[in-house]
Amino acid sequence: MQAYANPQRFLTFARKLTPWTWGAAATALIIGLYLALVAAPPDYQQGDAARIMYVHVPAAWMAMFVYGSMAMASAVAFIWKHPLADVAAKASAPIGAVFTALALVTGMLWGQPMWGTWWVWDARLTSVLILFFLYLGYIVLWSAIEEPTRAARAARILALVGAINLPIIKFSVDWWNTLHQTASVFRTDGPTMPASMLTPLLTMGLAYTLLYVALLFVRMRAEIASRRLRTIRLGLEAIPA
Amino acid sequence: MSEYFAMGGYAAYVWPAYGISALALIALAVVSWRAMTRAERLVALSERSENR
Repeated sequence: MQAYANPQRFLTFARKLTPWTWGAAATALIIGLYLALVAAPPDYQQGDAARIMYVHVPAAWMAMFVYGSMAMASAVAFIWKHPLADVAAKASAPIGAVFTALALVTGMLWGQPMWGTWWVWDARLTSVLILFFLYLGYIVLWSAIEEPTRAARAARILALVGAINLPIIKFSVDWWNTLHQTASVFRTDGPTMPASMLTPLLTMGLAYTLLYVALLFVRMRAEIASRRLRTIRLGLEAIPA
Repeated sequence: MSEYFAMGGYAAYVWPAYGISALALIALAVVSWRAMTRAERLVALSERSENR
């Protein structure tokens, strides 16, 4: 099985790094939560409700970043047939789905006190909801198609086609009239936020990114092991009784 | 202290946002970790029996 020659090297590396990725993620989370809930000042307009930002914005960043990684891994799987690329994409999907769900739910909890409504069907909220369904569709596709190479192919196509949604999410607040505010960190003219709020936000962003890496390693190890298990079982069945 | 937890009147929104985030991420971590240890243990077991 040539496909396992490569994952073996990755596994050695991932096993060594797993405790460090969790340590780094936990450290950044503790610092980030302290900055977000204690050190950061209340907003002059929104008061303490603005603290929702420190869990809402990083979750929304990760929702898009994880999907972007999934689409890139799918492209790599298509072009170079790298055996780990499909594993990385498949392992990412549930992580991205959870981040997207959190962006939506924390957004509702922020929208209700600030906008007076939990939900509006505006371009930003709707495009993020579509992102959530893309993740779900991708996960379902893997489990619905039994033959692994065909499932992988279908999943790659969905991941790549769905990537069209990413620029739509990013620019939705500029292209359409939305209730959602425009970007205040990733702007061409630089962040518009005071450092006292930007530092906690970026720390939480780093923590969520590290958490993604830690979760990705764990899920990739699980996926490699279950694929290995499958070939072992198929191999055993092939032996005539 | 209770003033801190009141979050300037927004406690009903701020704490659920943090609570749900923590719960979902911890649950994902636990589920993923369990799946990994289970699958890796099964691989180790079947490789041992294969080599016998």
